[in-house]
Amino acid sequence: MTDTLKEVQKKEAELEKGVERTRETRVFTPAVDIIEKGNDIVILADMPGVDENSVDVTLEKDLLTIYGKIEPEIPANHKLVISEYGIGDYQRTFTLTSEIDKEHIRATVSDGVLRLVLPKAEKEKTRKIPVTGHA
Amino acid sequence: MTTTYLERILDPWREFDRMSRLLNRTSSPVSSEYPAVNVWVNGDNAVITTEIPGIERDTIDISVTGNTVSLSGSRPAEETKEEESYHRHELWHGKFSKMIKLPFNIDADKVKATYSKGVLQISLPQLETDKPRKINIK
Repeated sequence: MTDTLKEVQKKEAELEKGVERTRETRVFTPAVDIIEKGNDIVILADMPGVDENSVDVTLEKDLLTIYGKIEPEIPANHKLVISEYGIGDYQRTFTLTSEIDKEHIRATVSDGVLRLVLPKAEKEKTRKIPVTGHA
Repeated sequence: MTTTYLERILDPWREFDRMSRLLNRTSSPVSSEYPAVNVWVNGDNAVITTEIPGIERDTIDISVTGNTVSLSGSRPAEETKEEESYHRHELWHGKFSKMIKLPFNIDADKVKATYSKGVLQISLPQLETDKPRKINIK
């Protein structure tokens, strides 16, 4: 029973030592699927509460970071009586291999699910270096 | 480790543990783990919010009986072809159903629900006839 509970609960993101957040909010690590589809790598991330205006996808060198900012919708004048999940931002970082065509990454959000399509770059042809010897 | 039927009935504590867990489950106001819900109350109105990203809108079913709300829906798996492979598989998919008990009877005709950005929000007002009435003394 406790195992299934852990699976469906959001995981809070861990902070590196010595790093503090500037926003007073909780940050969760979104669950993801990473699928290799032919010429594309597809990343799906569950980020409920996020839409196309509140998600940031940044690429710095080989680090792809997704960040979803949440504006909690709290029912006015209501008191929370049962709380099974926490609300907060989402962040997760992936290291890309150099095979990705970084210019053509596409991102869409639908019903709180972020979909990133990373096309693989055309593989550079392996160059064969001829070895010549002296006779 | 597998236990035989005989071992199970010979261990009364194991049985006791199982029974108490069953009892705890039925007396709790919410019936299952997924999806996690938050319940907000303001006097004669309750709001249930739940994060269910990627659910097909048509499959979301909300029904109300007395003081109990039943939620169900399903999330399709990503379509993949044979040659496609998962590097990571953390997303949940399948069918879910959950029951939530409120401290009052619900006016089913006035229930409103929205599903936006993967978050379902249901507003549930208390049944008018169920509200406390002031009795005038003649």
